[in-house]
Amino acid sequence: MTLFYGTELSSRLMLGTAQYPSPEILADAVRRAGAGVVTVSLRREAAGARAGQAFWELIRGLDVPVLPNTAGCHTVREAVTTAQMAREVFGTDWIKLEVIGESDTLQPDMFALVEAARILTEDGFRVFPYMTEDLVGAERLLRAGCEVLMPWGAPIGSGKGLNNLFGLRALRAHFPDVPMVVDAGIGVPSHAAQAMELGYDAVLINTAVAKAGDPAEMARAFAMAVEAGRMAYIADPMEERDMAVPSTPVIGQAVL
Amino acid sequence: MQIQVNGERHDVQATTLSALLDEMGYDATTRIATAVDGCFVAARQRPAHALHEGAQVEILAPMQGG
Repeated sequence: MTLFYGTELSSRLMLGTAQYPSPEILADAVRRAGAGVVTVSLRREAAGARAGQAFWELIRGLDVPVLPNTAGCHTVREAVTTAQMAREVFGTDWIKLEVIGESDTLQPDMFALVEAARILTEDGFRVFPYMTEDLVGAERLLRAGCEVLMPWGAPIGSGKGLNNLFGLRALRAHFPDVPMVVDAGIGVPSHAAQAMELGYDAVLINTAVAKAGDPAEMARAFAMAVEAGRMAYIADPMEERDMAVPSTPVIGQAVL
Repeated sequence: MQIQVNGERHDVQATTLSALLDEMGYDATTRIATAVDGCFVAARQRPAHALHEGAQVEILAPMQGG
């Protein structure tokens, strides 16, 4: 059982809610994914515009825990203020903390992330930090009060999968008891299965589902991959070898 | 008084944040969050939060996110 700040999720697949062709397709994808969490955000909206309210009603109707993010924030101050606003709007102290340091890769600014995580933790937030796979950064985030880590697989929206397998393996091995989620960069279900086979506790997917030709079908495919990957991890995969080892017994083989 | 709301200039009569929301037509039941000059202002603090000339107000609503 994996607990995220004391909560067991119904599924290890976390799903983003952005970029779907329509609200109906989003709702269908969330249901087919059996998502354990959905991520949400905050943006400017003029009085009289009801898109935000309609979106919120749709999310509430899905009855899935929400994880608000601080997407688009580049400074500690922006991220902290956004988190405080999200807590009031969404009624949760969970926050996916993003502090972006570089625009081309949307790479997290680990220094600002640690500082924002410390401020928010002291203010009662349960922080899910979107981070690189940096071991030292992870240690600092844990010291700042984070009880969950969310390393990237690859840049957000790139669909490239797990860019640094060695780094992700090392991070998993170094902090065996910390709930960890691979967030960002996953493009196809096999990437998600791979993350789960490494022992990650969950994955967070958005673009790979939302931008698929059939988002609901892809959501289901991801759910199956996450489940398969988790089962494989628990079943303890065989050791990889460089040379062939015959699987058919050689004893008793005929000499012809 | 001239202030900025979500990055746009507005001439308003309101002198508090809650009065500003009324003046701009935000329904009391609408799920929004507010910040002034980069600092979060909780819903319960809006009636007492005085606005000043040039204040930068942000009014945010739920939105899709990844």
